[in-house]
Amino acid sequence: MRAFTYERLDAATGASRRADHPGTTYIAGGTDLLQLMQEGIAHPRALLDVSRVGTTGVTAQLDGIRIGAATRLADVIEDPIVAERLPLVAEALAASASPQVRNMATIGGNLLQKTRCLYFRDVTTPCNKREPGSGCPAQAGQNRLNAVFGGSPHCIATHASDLAVALVALDAEVIVERAGGEKSIRLDDFYRLPGDTPYVETALEPGDLITAVFVPIQATNLPGRYLKVRDRASFEWALVSAAVALVVADGEVVAARVAAGGVGTKPWRLPAVEDRLVGRPMDVQTLQLAAEAAADGADPRPGNAFKVPLLVNAVARALAATADQEANR
Amino acid sequence: MPNDPHALTVTLRVNGEETRFDVDPRTTLLDALRDRLHLTGTKKGCGLGQCGACTVHLDGRRIVSCLTLAVMADGASVTTIEGLGTPDALHPMQEAFVACDAFQCGYCTPGQIMSAVALLQEGHCGSDEEIREHMSGNLCRCGAYANIVDAIRTVAGATDRSGAAVPSREDA
Ligand SMILES: Cc1cc2nc3c(=O)[nH]c(=O)nc-3n(C[C@H](O)[C@H](O)[C@H](O)COP(=O)(O)OP(=O)(O)OC[C@H]3O[C@@H](n4cnc5c(N)ncnc54)[C@H](O)[C@@H]3O)c2cc1C
Ligand code: SF4
Ligand code: FES
Ligand code: FES
Repeated sequence: MRAFTYERLDAATGASRRADHPGTTYIAGGTDLLQLMQEGIAHPRALLDVSRVGTTGVTAQLDGIRIGAATRLADVIEDPIVAERLPLVAEALAASASPQVRNMATIGGNLLQKTRCLYFRDVTTPCNKREPGSGCPAQAGQNRLNAVFGGSPHCIATHASDLAVALVALDAEVIVERAGGEKSIRLDDFYRLPGDTPYVETALEPGDLITAVFVPIQATNLPGRYLKVRDRASFEWALVSAAVALVVADGEVVAARVAAGGVGTKPWRLPAVEDRLVGRPMDVQTLQLAAEAAADGADPRPGNAFKVPLLVNAVARALAATADQEANR
Repeated sequence: MPNDPHALTVTLRVNGEETRFDVDPRTTLLDALRDRLHLTGTKKGCGLGQCGACTVHLDGRRIVSCLTLAVMADGASVTTIEGLGTPDALHPMQEAFVACDAFQCGYCTPGQIMSAVALLQEGHCGSDEEIREHMSGNLCRCGAYANIVDAIRTVAGATDRSGAAVPSREDA
Protein backbone atom coordinates (compact mmCIF):
# COMPACT_ATOMS: atom_id res chain seq x y z
CA MET A 1 0.00 0.00 0.00
CA ARG A 2 1.29 3.47 -0.86
CA ALA A 3 1.62 6.11 1.84
CA PHE A 4 -1.32 8.46 2.42
CA THR A 5 -2.47 11.03 4.93
CA TYR A 6 -5.61 10.48 6.98
CA GLU A 7 -8.03 12.94 8.49
CA ARG A 8 -11.41 12.49 10.13
CA LEU A 9 -14.02 15.07 9.13
CA ASP A 10 -16.69 16.25 11.57
CA ALA A 11 -19.05 18.03 9.18
CA ALA A 12 -20.26 17.80 5.60
CA THR A 13 -19.84 21.54 5.15
CA GLY A 14 -16.72 22.30 3.16
CA ALA A 15 -15.97 18.60 2.56
CA SER A 16 -16.48 18.81 -1.19
CA ARG A 17 -13.94 21.63 -1.49
CA ARG A 18 -11.43 19.65 0.60
CA ALA A 19 -11.92 16.51 -1.47
CA ASP A 20 -11.75 18.18 -4.87
CA HIS A 21 -8.07 17.31 -5.39
CA PRO A 22 -6.62 14.47 -7.44
CA GLY A 23 -5.61 11.68 -5.06
CA THR A 24 -7.97 12.73 -2.28
CA THR A 25 -10.67 10.15 -1.53
CA TYR A 26 -13.43 9.78 1.02
CA ILE A 27 -13.45 6.71 3.20
CA ALA A 28 -16.51 5.63 5.21
CA GLY A 29 -16.67 2.01 6.40
CA GLY A 30 -13.55 1.24 4.38
CA THR A 31 -14.80 -2.22 3.43
CA ASP A 32 -14.46 -1.76 -0.32
CA LEU A 33 -11.79 0.93 -0.49
CA LEU A 34 -9.38 -1.00 1.74
CA GLN A 35 -9.79 -4.11 -0.40
CA LEU A 36 -8.86 -2.02 -3.44
CA MET A 37 -5.89 -0.47 -1.62
CA GLN A 38 -4.65 -3.86 -0.37
CA GLU A 39 -4.84 -5.21 -3.91
CA GLY A 40 -3.03 -2.22 -5.42
CA ILE A 41 -6.10 -1.15 -7.43
CA ALA A 42 -6.63 2.17 -5.62
CA HIS A 43 -3.79 4.30 -4.30
CA PRO A 44 -5.13 7.48 -2.74
CA ARG A 45 -2.72 10.04 -1.34
CA ALA A 46 -5.16 11.52 1.17
CA LEU A 47 -8.11 9.90 2.93
CA LEU A 48 -10.93 11.98 4.38
CA ASP A 49 -12.97 9.87 6.82
CA VAL A 50 -16.65 10.76 6.43
CA SER A 51 -18.03 7.96 8.61
CA ARG A 52 -19.15 10.47 11.26
CA VAL A 53 -20.33 13.20 8.89
CA GLY A 54 -23.93 14.32 8.41
CA THR A 55 -27.13 12.95 9.87
CA THR A 56 -27.06 9.20 10.30
CA GLY A 57 -30.11 7.04 10.74
CA VAL A 58 -33.49 6.85 9.08
CA THR A 59 -36.00 9.71 9.10
CA ALA A 60 -39.64 9.57 8.02
CA GLN A 61 -40.58 12.83 6.27
CA LEU A 62 -43.91 13.90 4.84
CA ASP A 63 -42.68 13.34 1.28
CA GLY A 64 -40.71 10.16 1.84
CA ILE A 65 -38.01 8.36 3.82
CA ARG A 66 -34.44 9.62 4.16
CA ILE A 67 -31.51 7.41 5.06
CA GLY A 68 -28.28 9.17 6.09
CA ALA A 69 -25.30 8.17 3.92
CA ALA A 70 -23.09 7.29 6.89
CA THR A 71 -25.67 4.91 8.40
CA ARG A 72 -24.26 1.38 8.72
CA LEU A 73 -26.10 -1.34 6.79
CA ALA A 74 -26.87 -3.27 10.01
CA ASP A 75 -28.51 -0.20 11.54
CA VAL A 76 -30.73 0.29 8.49
CA ILE A 77 -31.86 -3.37 8.63
CA GLU A 78 -32.74 -3.01 12.32
CA ASP A 79 -34.50 0.34 11.89
CA PRO A 80 -38.25 0.04 12.65
CA ILE A 81 -39.23 2.53 9.89
CA VAL A 82 -37.33 0.50 7.30
CA ALA A 83 -38.68 -2.81 8.58
CA GLU A 84 -42.25 -1.55 8.31
CA ARG A 85 -42.20 0.80 5.33
CA LEU A 86 -39.28 -0.35 3.17
CA PRO A 87 -39.29 -4.16 3.49
CA LEU A 88 -37.60 -4.53 0.10
CA VAL A 89 -34.62 -2.47 1.29
CA ALA A 90 -34.37 -4.42 4.55
CA GLU A 91 -34.42 -7.73 2.68
CA ALA A 92 -31.80 -6.63 0.14
CA LEU A 93 -29.47 -5.44 2.91
CA ALA A 94 -29.95 -8.56 5.03
CA ALA A 95 -28.79 -10.58 2.01
CA SER A 96 -25.67 -8.40 1.58
CA ALA A 97 -22.15 -9.35 2.71
CA SER A 98 -21.66 -10.74 6.26
CA PRO A 99 -22.84 -9.55 9.69
CA GLN A 100 -19.37 -8.14 10.41
CA VAL A 101 -19.23 -6.22 7.11
CA ARG A 102 -22.81 -4.96 7.61
CA ASN A 103 -21.72 -3.48 10.98
CA MET A 104 -19.01 -1.47 9.17
CA ALA A 105 -20.27 -0.69 5.66
CA THR A 106 -22.27 2.49 5.05
CA ILE A 107 -25.16 3.25 2.69
CA GLY A 108 -23.12 5.81 0.71
CA GLY A 109 -20.13 3.49 0.34
CA ASN A 110 -22.38 0.60 -0.67
CA LEU A 111 -23.75 2.50 -3.65
CA LEU A 112 -20.17 3.32 -4.76
CA GLN A 113 -18.60 -0.12 -4.31
CA LYS A 114 -16.60 -1.26 -7.35
CA THR A 115 -17.48 -4.17 -9.60
CA ARG A 116 -16.51 -7.76 -8.78
CA CYS A 117 -15.36 -8.41 -12.39
CA LEU A 118 -12.42 -10.81 -11.96
CA TYR A 119 -10.18 -8.78 -14.25
CA PHE A 120 -10.95 -5.47 -12.58
CA ARG A 121 -9.90 -7.00 -9.24
CA ASP A 122 -6.66 -8.47 -10.66
CA VAL A 123 -4.00 -5.82 -11.36
CA THR A 124 -1.95 -8.27 -13.44
CA THR A 125 -4.56 -8.21 -16.23
CA PRO A 126 -5.75 -5.42 -18.57
CA CYS A 127 -9.07 -3.73 -17.84
CA ASN A 128 -10.60 -0.60 -19.39
CA LYS A 129 -12.34 0.35 -16.18
CA ARG A 130 -9.13 0.21 -14.12
CA GLU A 131 -6.64 1.25 -16.84
CA PRO A 132 -8.48 3.22 -19.55
CA GLY A 133 -7.63 1.91 -23.02
CA SER A 134 -5.95 -1.31 -21.87
CA GLY A 135 -8.72 -3.60 -23.18
CA CYS A 136 -11.51 -5.77 -21.83
CA PRO A 137 -10.47 -9.41 -21.42
CA ALA A 138 -13.93 -10.30 -20.08
CA GLN A 139 -15.48 -9.98 -23.58
CA ALA A 140 -13.94 -13.25 -24.76
CA GLY A 141 -12.55 -14.56 -21.47
CA GLN A 142 -14.10 -15.47 -18.15
CA ASN A 143 -17.42 -13.67 -18.19
CA ARG A 144 -19.59 -15.92 -16.05
CA LEU A 145 -20.08 -13.10 -13.53
CA ASN A 146 -20.50 -10.33 -16.11
CA ALA A 147 -23.48 -8.43 -17.47
CA VAL A 148 -26.08 -9.39 -20.08
CA PHE A 149 -27.66 -5.89 -20.18
CA GLY A 150 -26.11 -2.48 -20.74
CA GLY A 151 -22.68 -3.66 -21.87
CA SER A 152 -20.46 -2.22 -24.56
CA PRO A 153 -17.42 -3.54 -26.45
CA HIS A 154 -15.39 -1.68 -23.82
CA CYS A 155 -16.89 -3.16 -20.64
CA ILE A 156 -19.50 -5.67 -19.45
CA ALA A 157 -18.97 -5.42 -15.70
CA THR A 158 -22.01 -5.73 -13.42
CA HIS A 159 -22.76 -3.37 -10.59
CA ALA A 160 -22.46 -5.42 -7.41
CA SER A 161 -24.70 -3.65 -4.87
CA ASP A 162 -27.88 -5.40 -3.74
CA LEU A 163 -29.16 -2.24 -2.06
CA ALA A 164 -28.93 -0.29 -5.33
CA VAL A 165 -31.22 -2.79 -7.07
CA ALA A 166 -33.92 -2.38 -4.42
CA LEU A 167 -33.51 1.41 -4.49
CA VAL A 168 -33.71 1.66 -8.28
CA ALA A 169 -36.98 -0.28 -8.16
CA LEU A 170 -38.24 2.30 -5.65
CA ASP A 171 -37.18 5.35 -7.73
CA ALA A 172 -34.84 6.46 -4.95
CA GLU A 173 -32.74 9.61 -5.18
CA VAL A 174 -29.17 10.26 -4.08
CA ILE A 175 -28.65 13.50 -2.17
CA VAL A 176 -25.26 15.01 -2.93
CA GLU A 177 -23.39 17.85 -1.25
CA ARG A 178 -21.56 19.76 -3.97
CA ALA A 179 -19.53 22.97 -3.65
CA GLY A 180 -22.30 25.50 -4.25
CA GLY A 181 -25.21 23.56 -2.84
CA GLU A 182 -27.18 20.35 -2.47
CA LYS A 183 -28.27 18.27 -5.44
CA SER A 184 -30.69 15.39 -5.80
CA ILE A 185 -30.09 12.77 -8.51
CA ARG A 186 -32.40 9.85 -9.37
CA LEU A 187 -30.41 6.69 -8.67
CA ASP A 188 -31.31 5.37 -12.12
CA ASP A 189 -29.63 8.44 -13.68
CA PHE A 190 -26.83 8.41 -11.10
CA TYR A 191 -25.28 5.24 -12.58
CA ARG A 192 -23.75 5.55 -16.05
CA LEU A 193 -23.62 2.92 -18.76
CA PRO A 194 -20.01 2.01 -19.68
CA GLY A 195 -20.14 3.10 -23.35
CA ASP A 196 -16.58 3.97 -24.33
CA THR A 197 -15.80 5.47 -20.90
CA PRO A 198 -16.27 2.55 -18.48
CA TYR A 199 -14.18 4.36 -15.85
CA VAL A 200 -16.93 7.01 -15.55
CA GLU A 201 -19.39 5.16 -13.34
CA THR A 202 -21.63 7.76 -11.76
CA ALA A 203 -22.90 11.33 -12.12
CA LEU A 204 -20.68 12.42 -9.22
CA GLU A 205 -18.24 15.25 -9.83
CA PRO A 206 -14.87 15.52 -8.08
CA GLY A 207 -15.38 16.32 -4.40
CA ASP A 208 -19.10 15.42 -4.34
CA LEU A 209 -20.19 13.97 -1.00
CA ILE A 210 -23.26 11.73 -0.77
CA THR A 211 -25.20 12.80 2.31
CA ALA A 212 -28.36 10.69 2.03
CA VAL A 213 -30.61 8.42 0.03
CA PHE A 214 -34.26 9.40 -0.32
CA VAL A 215 -37.20 7.12 -1.16
CA PRO A 216 -40.28 9.07 -2.33
CA ILE A 217 -43.51 8.51 -0.43
CA GLN A 218 -45.31 6.72 -3.29
CA ALA A 219 -42.64 3.99 -3.18
CA THR A 220 -43.02 3.36 0.57
CA ASN A 221 -45.34 0.91 2.33
CA LEU A 222 -45.42 -1.43 -0.68
CA PRO A 223 -45.36 -5.20 -0.38
CA GLY A 224 -42.14 -6.32 -2.00
CA ARG A 225 -39.51 -9.04 -2.09
CA TYR A 226 -35.79 -9.19 -2.87
CA LEU A 227 -34.73 -12.57 -4.18
CA LYS A 228 -31.01 -13.25 -4.50
CA VAL A 229 -29.53 -16.25 -6.31
CA ARG A 230 -25.86 -16.98 -5.56
CA ASP A 231 -23.17 -19.63 -5.74
CA ARG A 232 -23.49 -20.42 -2.05
CA ALA A 233 -26.41 -20.05 0.35
CA SER A 234 -25.11 -16.92 2.07
CA PHE A 235 -22.23 -14.38 2.13
CA GLU A 236 -21.82 -14.07 -1.64
CA TRP A 237 -22.57 -11.48 -4.29
CA ALA A 238 -25.56 -12.13 -6.56
CA LEU A 239 -25.39 -14.15 -9.75
CA VAL A 240 -28.88 -12.82 -10.36
CA SER A 241 -31.28 -10.98 -8.10
CA ALA A 242 -34.80 -9.63 -8.47
CA ALA A 243 -36.44 -6.75 -6.60
CA VAL A 244 -40.21 -6.54 -6.86
CA ALA A 245 -42.85 -4.24 -5.36
CA LEU A 246 -46.52 -4.33 -6.35
CA VAL A 247 -49.70 -2.39 -5.69
CA VAL A 248 -52.82 -4.52 -6.08
CA ALA A 249 -56.45 -3.38 -5.84
CA ASP A 250 -59.53 -5.55 -6.35
CA GLY A 251 -57.44 -8.37 -7.75
CA GLU A 252 -55.77 -6.17 -10.36
CA VAL A 253 -52.18 -4.97 -10.48
CA VAL A 254 -52.28 -1.19 -10.24
CA ALA A 255 -48.57 -0.45 -10.08
CA ALA A 256 -45.44 -2.58 -10.46
CA ARG A 257 -41.78 -1.94 -9.79
CA VAL A 258 -39.28 -4.55 -10.93
CA ALA A 259 -35.48 -4.37 -11.07
CA ALA A 260 -32.69 -6.92 -11.40
CA GLY A 261 -29.16 -7.27 -10.05
CA GLY A 262 -26.18 -9.31 -11.23
CA VAL A 263 -27.24 -8.90 -14.85
CA GLY A 264 -26.72 -5.24 -15.77
CA THR A 265 -23.80 -2.83 -15.99
CA LYS A 266 -25.94 -0.82 -13.58
CA PRO A 267 -28.90 -1.84 -11.41
CA TRP A 268 -31.35 -2.87 -14.13
CA ARG A 269 -34.96 -1.72 -14.12
CA LEU A 270 -37.24 -4.05 -16.12
CA PRO A 271 -40.00 -1.84 -17.64
CA ALA A 272 -41.12 -4.61 -20.05
CA VAL A 273 -41.99 -6.79 -17.05
CA GLU A 274 -43.80 -3.90 -15.34
CA ASP A 275 -45.82 -3.20 -18.53
CA ARG A 276 -47.06 -6.79 -18.60
CA LEU A 277 -48.28 -6.51 -15.01
CA VAL A 278 -50.06 -3.18 -14.75
CA GLY A 279 -53.79 -3.33 -15.52
CA ARG A 280 -53.84 -7.15 -15.56
CA PRO A 281 -55.50 -9.51 -13.12
CA MET A 282 -53.11 -10.65 -10.44
CA ASP A 283 -52.96 -14.35 -11.32
CA VAL A 284 -50.39 -17.04 -12.07
CA GLN A 285 -50.64 -16.52 -15.81
CA THR A 286 -50.03 -12.75 -15.60
CA LEU A 287 -47.02 -13.25 -13.36
CA GLN A 288 -45.48 -15.90 -15.60
CA LEU A 289 -46.00 -13.91 -18.83
CA ALA A 290 -44.56 -10.84 -17.16
CA ALA A 291 -41.49 -12.70 -15.87
CA GLU A 292 -40.71 -13.95 -19.37
CA ALA A 293 -40.30 -10.34 -20.53
CA ALA A 294 -37.25 -10.09 -18.22
CA ALA A 295 -35.23 -11.71 -21.01
CA ASP A 296 -36.08 -8.94 -23.51
CA GLY A 297 -32.97 -7.33 -24.94
CA ALA A 298 -30.48 -9.62 -23.17
CA ASP A 299 -27.08 -9.87 -24.87
CA PRO A 300 -25.40 -12.87 -23.24
CA ARG A 301 -21.88 -14.28 -23.76
CA PRO A 302 -21.13 -18.02 -23.66
CA GLY A 303 -20.00 -17.81 -20.04
CA ASN A 304 -23.08 -15.98 -18.74
CA ALA A 305 -25.93 -17.19 -20.99
CA PHE A 306 -27.23 -19.18 -17.99
CA LYS A 307 -28.15 -15.87 -16.37
CA VAL A 308 -31.02 -15.24 -18.80
CA PRO A 309 -33.26 -18.18 -17.80
CA LEU A 310 -32.07 -17.76 -14.20
CA LEU A 311 -33.30 -14.16 -14.30
CA VAL A 312 -36.70 -15.12 -15.73
CA ASN A 313 -37.15 -17.72 -12.98
CA ALA A 314 -35.92 -15.37 -10.25
CA VAL A 315 -38.36 -12.65 -11.36
CA ALA A 316 -41.19 -15.21 -11.51
CA ARG A 317 -40.42 -16.39 -7.97
CA ALA A 318 -40.06 -12.85 -6.59
CA LEU A 319 -43.41 -11.90 -8.17
CA ALA A 320 -45.10 -14.98 -6.74
CA ALA A 321 -43.63 -14.30 -3.28
CA THR A 322 -44.83 -10.69 -3.41
CA ALA A 323 -48.30 -11.84 -4.50
CA ASP A 324 -48.37 -14.17 -1.46
CA GLN A 325 -47.35 -11.34 0.81
CA GLU A 326 -50.04 -9.12 -0.70
CA ALA A 327 -52.68 -11.85 -0.30
CA ASN A 328 -51.82 -12.23 3.39
CA ARG A 329 -51.89 -8.53 4.24
CA MET B 1 7.41 4.65 13.62
CA PRO B 2 8.98 7.62 15.39
CA ASN B 3 10.37 9.35 12.28
CA ASP B 4 7.43 8.80 9.99
CA PRO B 5 6.05 12.22 9.01
CA HIS B 6 2.63 10.65 8.33
CA ALA B 7 2.46 8.83 11.69
CA LEU B 8 -0.63 9.50 13.79
CA THR B 9 -1.31 8.86 17.45
CA VAL B 10 -4.14 6.46 18.16
CA THR B 11 -5.90 5.93 21.47
CA LEU B 12 -7.75 2.65 21.89
CA ARG B 13 -9.37 0.96 24.85
CA VAL B 14 -8.34 -2.65 24.30
CA ASN B 15 -9.87 -5.31 26.54
CA GLY B 16 -10.63 -2.66 29.12
CA GLU B 17 -7.22 -1.00 29.15
CA GLU B 18 -6.47 2.31 27.51
CA THR B 19 -3.46 2.34 25.21
CA ARG B 20 -1.86 5.02 23.02
CA PHE B 21 0.57 4.45 20.22
CA ASP B 22 1.84 6.01 16.99
CA VAL B 23 1.01 4.28 13.72
CA ASP B 24 1.59 4.67 10.03
CA PRO B 25 -1.95 5.38 8.69
CA ARG B 26 -1.63 2.28 6.47
CA THR B 27 -1.74 -0.03 9.52
CA THR B 28 -4.95 -2.01 9.71
CA LEU B 29 -6.57 -2.49 13.11
CA LEU B 30 -5.68 -6.19 12.75
CA ASP B 31 -1.97 -5.50 12.25
CA ALA B 32 -1.95 -2.95 15.09
CA LEU B 33 -3.47 -5.52 17.47
CA ARG B 34 -1.08 -8.28 16.45
CA ASP B 35 2.18 -6.46 15.74
CA ARG B 36 2.02 -3.38 17.97
CA LEU B 37 -0.01 -4.63 20.93
CA HIS B 38 1.15 -8.28 20.60
CA LEU B 39 -2.39 -9.60 20.89
CA THR B 40 -1.88 -12.46 18.45
CA GLY B 41 -5.11 -14.29 19.32
CA THR B 42 -6.80 -12.38 16.49
CA LYS B 43 -5.85 -14.17 13.27
CA LYS B 44 -5.17 -12.98 9.74
CA GLY B 45 -6.66 -15.16 7.02
CA CYS B 46 -7.55 -13.40 3.80
CA GLY B 47 -7.01 -9.73 4.70
CA LEU B 48 -10.00 -8.91 2.46
CA GLY B 49 -13.02 -9.32 4.72
CA GLN B 50 -13.92 -12.73 3.35
CA CYS B 51 -13.01 -15.22 6.09
CA GLY B 52 -13.80 -13.68 9.50
CA ALA B 53 -10.60 -14.94 11.19
CA CYS B 54 -9.83 -11.36 12.28
CA THR B 55 -13.24 -10.71 13.92
CA VAL B 56 -13.12 -8.45 17.01
CA HIS B 57 -15.70 -6.25 18.74
CA LEU B 58 -15.43 -2.52 18.08
CA ASP B 59 -17.55 -0.48 20.49
CA GLY B 60 -19.51 -3.66 21.18
CA ARG B 61 -20.16 -4.68 17.56
CA ARG B 62 -18.40 -7.43 15.65
CA ILE B 63 -16.30 -6.26 12.73
CA VAL B 64 -13.50 -7.65 10.56
CA SER B 65 -10.34 -5.89 11.78
CA CYS B 66 -8.51 -6.40 8.46
CA LEU B 67 -10.82 -3.95 6.65
CA THR B 68 -10.48 -1.03 9.01
CA LEU B 69 -7.48 1.16 9.67
CA ALA B 70 -6.18 1.59 13.21
CA VAL B 71 -6.56 5.37 12.78
CA MET B 72 -10.24 4.91 11.87
CA ALA B 73 -10.77 3.21 15.25
CA ASP B 74 -9.17 6.08 17.21
CA GLY B 75 -11.13 6.62 20.43
CA ALA B 76 -12.97 3.29 20.25
CA SER B 77 -13.13 0.27 22.55
CA VAL B 78 -11.89 -3.02 21.15
CA THR B 79 -12.47 -6.49 22.59
CA THR B 80 -10.33 -9.33 21.29
CA ILE B 81 -10.38 -13.03 22.15
CA GLU B 82 -7.81 -12.26 24.90
CA GLY B 83 -10.41 -10.02 26.57
CA LEU B 84 -13.13 -12.65 26.63
CA GLY B 85 -11.74 -15.21 29.07
CA THR B 86 -8.47 -16.61 30.38
CA PRO B 87 -7.15 -20.18 30.24
CA ASP B 88 -8.33 -20.80 33.82
CA ALA B 89 -11.54 -18.79 33.53
CA LEU B 90 -12.95 -19.44 30.08
CA HIS B 91 -15.89 -17.49 28.70
CA PRO B 92 -18.96 -19.77 28.43
CA MET B 93 -18.64 -19.67 24.63
CA GLN B 94 -14.98 -20.74 24.83
CA GLU B 95 -16.01 -23.56 27.18
CA ALA B 96 -18.74 -24.63 24.77
CA PHE B 97 -16.32 -24.69 21.83
CA VAL B 98 -14.02 -27.00 23.83
CA ALA B 99 -16.90 -29.17 25.06
CA CYS B 100 -18.44 -29.51 21.58
CA ASP B 101 -15.13 -30.09 19.80
CA ALA B 102 -15.94 -27.08 17.61
CA PHE B 103 -12.52 -26.79 15.97
CA GLN B 104 -9.76 -28.83 14.44
CA CYS B 105 -6.69 -26.70 13.59
CA GLY B 106 -8.05 -23.78 15.62
CA TYR B 107 -7.02 -21.03 13.23
CA CYS B 108 -10.55 -19.72 12.62
CA THR B 109 -11.61 -20.28 16.24
CA PRO B 110 -10.91 -16.87 17.84
CA GLY B 111 -12.91 -15.22 15.05
CA GLN B 112 -15.69 -17.82 15.33
CA ILE B 113 -15.95 -17.24 19.07
CA MET B 114 -15.96 -13.43 18.76
CA SER B 115 -18.73 -13.72 16.18
CA ALA B 116 -20.66 -16.25 18.26
CA VAL B 117 -20.61 -14.00 21.35
CA ALA B 118 -21.84 -11.07 19.23
CA LEU B 119 -24.56 -13.26 17.78
CA LEU B 120 -25.93 -13.91 21.28
CA GLN B 121 -26.08 -10.17 21.90
CA GLU B 122 -27.75 -9.58 18.52
CA GLY B 123 -30.35 -12.20 19.38
CA HIS B 124 -29.94 -14.16 16.15
CA CYS B 125 -29.74 -17.65 17.57
CA GLY B 126 -33.38 -18.77 17.55
CA SER B 127 -32.78 -21.78 15.32
CA ASP B 128 -29.87 -23.66 13.76
CA GLU B 129 -30.78 -22.06 10.44
CA GLU B 130 -30.59 -18.59 11.95
CA ILE B 131 -27.29 -19.39 13.67
CA ARG B 132 -25.81 -20.62 10.38
CA GLU B 133 -26.96 -17.53 8.46
CA HIS B 134 -25.55 -15.16 11.07
CA MET B 135 -22.27 -17.09 11.34
CA SER B 136 -21.81 -17.02 7.55
CA GLY B 137 -19.09 -14.37 7.83
CA ASN B 138 -16.78 -16.89 9.50
CA LEU B 139 -15.31 -19.60 7.33
CA CYS B 140 -13.70 -22.79 8.64
CA ARG B 141 -11.35 -24.65 6.28
CA CYS B 142 -11.48 -27.65 8.59
CA GLY B 143 -15.26 -27.81 8.23
CA ALA B 144 -16.08 -27.79 11.94
CA TYR B 145 -19.39 -26.06 11.14
CA ALA B 146 -21.76 -28.63 12.63
CA ASN B 147 -19.96 -28.57 15.99
CA ILE B 148 -19.71 -24.77 15.94
CA VAL B 149 -23.51 -24.59 15.63
CA ASP B 150 -23.78 -27.13 18.49
CA ALA B 151 -21.58 -24.95 20.70
CA ILE B 152 -23.54 -21.79 19.99
CA ARG B 153 -26.89 -23.52 20.48
CA THR B 154 -25.68 -24.85 23.83
CA VAL B 155 -24.74 -21.39 25.09
CA ALA B 156 -27.79 -19.69 23.53
CA GLY B 157 -30.06 -22.09 25.39
CA ALA B 158 -28.35 -21.16 28.62
CA THR B 159 -28.55 -17.39 28.27
CA ASP B 160 -31.26 -14.87 27.60
CA ARG B 161 -31.73 -13.12 24.25
CA SER B 162 -29.78 -10.01 25.26
CA GLY B 163 -26.79 -12.18 26.15
CA ALA B 164 -26.91 -10.59 29.60
CA ALA B 165 -26.05 -13.78 31.41
CA VAL B 166 -22.79 -14.06 29.50
CA PRO B 167 -20.10 -12.39 31.62
CA SER B 168 -16.93 -11.07 30.03
CA ARG B 169 -13.69 -10.33 31.81
CA GLU B 170 -14.36 -6.61 31.29
CA ASP B 171 -17.45 -6.81 33.50
CA ALA B 172 -15.65 -8.75 36.21
C1 LIG C 1 -16.49 -9.92 2.02
C2 LIG C 1 -17.46 -8.94 1.46
C3 LIG C 1 -18.67 -9.37 0.91
C4 LIG C 1 -19.57 -8.45 0.38
N1 LIG C 1 -20.77 -8.89 -0.14
C5 LIG C 1 -21.66 -7.99 -0.61
C6 LIG C 1 -22.94 -8.39 -1.09
O1 LIG C 1 -23.29 -9.56 -1.07
N2 LIG C 1 -23.78 -7.43 -1.57
C7 LIG C 1 -23.43 -6.10 -1.57
O2 LIG C 1 -24.24 -5.27 -2.01
N3 LIG C 1 -22.24 -5.70 -1.14
C8 LIG C 1 -21.36 -6.61 -0.65
N4 LIG C 1 -20.15 -6.19 -0.20
C9 LIG C 1 -19.75 -4.81 -0.43
C10 LIG C 1 -20.04 -3.92 0.74
O3 LIG C 1 -21.44 -3.78 0.86
C11 LIG C 1 -19.36 -2.60 0.45
O4 LIG C 1 -17.96 -2.81 0.56
C12 LIG C 1 -19.75 -1.54 1.42
O5 LIG C 1 -21.13 -1.29 1.41
C13 LIG C 1 -19.03 -0.24 1.12
O6 LIG C 1 -19.36 0.71 2.11
P1 LIG C 1 -18.20 1.40 2.96
O7 LIG C 1 -18.84 2.39 3.84
O8 LIG C 1 -17.34 0.39 3.62
O9 LIG C 1 -17.42 2.11 1.78
P2 LIG C 1 -15.89 2.51 1.61
O10 LIG C 1 -15.09 1.31 1.29
O11 LIG C 1 -15.46 3.35 2.75
O12 LIG C 1 -16.03 3.43 0.32
C14 LIG C 1 -16.39 2.90 -0.94
C15 LIG C 1 -16.34 4.04 -1.95
O13 LIG C 1 -17.35 4.99 -1.68
C16 LIG C 1 -16.80 6.29 -1.51
N5 LIG C 1 -17.63 6.93 -0.49
C17 LIG C 1 -17.98 6.41 0.72
N6 LIG C 1 -18.86 7.23 1.34
C18 LIG C 1 -19.05 8.29 0.51
C19 LIG C 1 -19.86 9.47 0.59
N7 LIG C 1 -20.64 9.73 1.64
N8 LIG C 1 -19.85 10.33 -0.47
C20 LIG C 1 -19.06 10.09 -1.54
N9 LIG C 1 -18.28 9.00 -1.66
C21 LIG C 1 -18.28 8.11 -0.65
C22 LIG C 1 -15.36 6.07 -1.13
O14 LIG C 1 -14.56 7.15 -1.55
C23 LIG C 1 -15.03 4.81 -1.92
O15 LIG C 1 -14.71 5.13 -3.23
C24 LIG C 1 -19.25 -7.08 0.38
C25 LIG C 1 -18.05 -6.64 0.93
C26 LIG C 1 -17.16 -7.54 1.48
C27 LIG C 1 -15.89 -7.05 2.09
S1 SF4 D 1 -15.82 -6.03 -18.06
FE1 SF4 D 1 -15.21 -3.93 -17.45
S2 SF4 D 1 -14.29 -4.30 -15.45
FE2 SF4 D 1 -14.30 -6.30 -16.46
S3 SF4 D 1 -12.36 -6.47 -17.61
FE3 SF4 D 1 -13.83 -5.57 -19.01
S4 SF4 D 1 -13.46 -3.36 -18.73
FE4 SF4 D 1 -12.62 -4.33 -16.92
S1 FES E 1 -8.50 -11.73 7.63
FE1 FES E 1 -10.12 -10.36 7.97
S2 FES E 1 -11.79 -11.41 7.08
FE2 FES E 1 -10.14 -12.67 6.51
S1 FES F 1 -10.73 -25.22 12.82
FE1 FES F 1 -9.30 -25.13 11.19
S2 FES F 1 -10.12 -23.50 10.02
FE2 FES F 1 -11.66 -23.80 11.46
